[in-house]
Amino acid sequence: MKQVFKRPESLRDVSFHFCPGCHHGIIHRLVAEAIDRLRIRTKTIGIASVGCSVFLYDYFDTDVCEAPHGRAPAVATGVKRVHKDRIVFAFQGDGDLAAIGTSEIIHAANRGENITVIFVNNTVYGMTGGQMAPTTMLGQHTTTTPRGRSFLGDGYPLKVSELLATLEGCSFVARVAVNNPANVRRARKMILKAFEMQVNNMGFSFVEVLSACPTNWKMTPLDALKRVDNELIPYFPLKVFREKTIPDKL
Amino acid sequence: MGRIQIDIERCKGCGLCVATCQKELIHIGEKINSHGYHTAQIHNKGECVGCANCAEMCPDVAIEVWR
Amino acid sequence: MNDSRKRLINGNQAIAAAAIDAGCRYYFSYPITPQSEIPEYLSLHLPEVGGTFLQAESEIASINMVLGASAAGARAMTSSSGPGISLKQEGLSYMAADELPALIVNISRTGPGLGGIAASQGDYFQATKGGGHGDYRIIVLAPSSVQEMYDLTIKGFDLADTYRTPVMILADSVLGQMKESVVMGGRKKSTPTKKDWALTGCEGRSPSIIKSLYLDGDKSSEHNRKLFEKYQRIQKNEVICELNRCKDADLILIAFGSAARIAKTSIETAREKGIKVGMLRPITLFPFPNQQVRDISTNIKDILVVEQNTGQMVEDVLISASENARVTFYGKPSGNVLEAEEILCQIERCMNKVGT
Repeated sequence: MKQVFKRPESLRDVSFHFCPGCHHGIIHRLVAEAIDRLRIRTKTIGIASVGCSVFLYDYFDTDVCEAPHGRAPAVATGVKRVHKDRIVFAFQGDGDLAAIGTSEIIHAANRGENITVIFVNNTVYGMTGGQMAPTTMLGQHTTTTPRGRSFLGDGYPLKVSELLATLEGCSFVARVAVNNPANVRRARKMILKAFEMQVNNMGFSFVEVLSACPTNWKMTPLDALKRVDNELIPYFPLKVFREKTIPDKL
Repeated sequence: MGRIQIDIERCKGCGLCVATCQKELIHIGEKINSHGYHTAQIHNKGECVGCANCAEMCPDVAIEVWR
Repeated sequence: MNDSRKRLINGNQAIAAAAIDAGCRYYFSYPITPQSEIPEYLSLHLPEVGGTFLQAESEIASINMVLGASAAGARAMTSSSGPGISLKQEGLSYMAADELPALIVNISRTGPGLGGIAASQGDYFQATKGGGHGDYRIIVLAPSSVQEMYDLTIKGFDLADTYRTPVMILADSVLGQMKESVVMGGRKKSTPTKKDWALTGCEGRSPSIIKSLYLDGDKSSEHNRKLFEKYQRIQKNEVICELNRCKDADLILIAFGSAARIAKTSIETAREKGIKVGMLRPITLFPFPNQQVRDISTNIKDILVVEQNTGQMVEDVLISASENARVTFYGKPSGNVLEAEEILCQIERCMNKVGT
């Protein structure tokens, strides 16, 4: 028998701090697999954001720079402008990217910065204790929407991929989920594609990953998988929103 | 056919692998690891086809698969 | 090769030209008056030397781009004015914690709030006492001529690299807009430090991390102690101040930047009148010349502090001065520029007190 599944080399041999059933670990693994697949580990620089994904530097066996809350695309811009031949990716949650960092993500995308951003949308601020995120669903109970999110006063859940897909600077914008094996396999392809865009100097690439947060959703990990299907995907459709064609190499 | 190996120390007993295994070969057992989690275990090993669905879903990258 | 050249330029242009001469190739900023000549100069001239000029979407983004470029090992810079510098404090705190070198220029405005673009030294506290959150300092250099705008910019990059810390040039519209002839280049070249900590991808080495999160109490204490010890080294080694006509003086005037420049005229006039006044001009505001102030006030007890604000640096003078010193403060609120006559008036008032 041949080994068909193993830990990617770009992930350090340490345990994640994530809660049981949290999808962050799956998404970390898919990013690491893309880095392995493209053989770019020693030329990759990761940008950690603030929130549950801050410990990126403990898990990825690459250079990593921590960014202030929401600023990962700006820090990534600085790094990439200096090292144009390196691969720079940012890994951000929804509070980080879609609230405090809205300005940075839109302008990095609009400039067509040749970076890759992985956006984890779990509809909640995880690390700070389950407060309302910009992506929190209408009616969703969080620690700061104890009566459920209402569009009156709280607004609607923000569709970041749809917003970014309008920008010419984007080479690739897709939304994926990792709540069943088929979705995980599709997410793997999309994340790989996003990194390929950067390798081919195509400009800003972006993958939004719908992710479960059983702890703050106050659900079992299995019920959280179902919530992604039943509540999230109908509002946040899984789709490639924008894809530029990589020209054939001469 | 197939074989999986679960790193018990990495497992947090979330059960995503249990729900994913089409052959229903994995369960959360009585064993408790050093972190205090009941961990995933495979029974009827001979029936494993090595489809790797369990590994794809494991958030803690605790499962390796051979086929 | 002697590339020395003399030019008639304004202070903002001198800073921009010095940045290029210092080997800075990455500049990120957001528009604000009265520092506009810096981005205008660099947008034109940085690309000529293969550099990157990027006008960011915000002050916050620009300082974080500086953070990224610095983490990648490059000499990087941003410039702004009061309200913009306030927004940059987040990044400055992170860069101090991350031990990342960079040059930040504040051509300050009158404040608080939106203020105006007239003369002001109201950002002294913000610049020298940390500015952002947490227990840190940055090196602050206060030029008082266009030549010093040039020279201190080059020195600022060197200090930033040597100590792995952000360095700020604190000036104002008087210095930014004033034209003087400046000798550029030709002097001792800035020596870029080898940055083995920089993020370059981990080819041939183990991965590097730049971060400021320390949840473990011991590690957090250790990191803060390391920063503190660095600030002590800076305080010990890097103080610069100018002492002018102090030897026979009965009164020492202490001022920095544009205020010091104006006060020099007042001192000359006073001397012509037979009043023996000298000047101590801090050029580094952090590290503040504590010892120099203490030493001089031990011999000459009367001190007059002059600032273009309502009293900021005077607090550092009071902490530093000897127990017997008599410190008088004259501050002109930000807005109308200090005039030599009014400072002279204060000098005479002090001397009358000395006489009584």
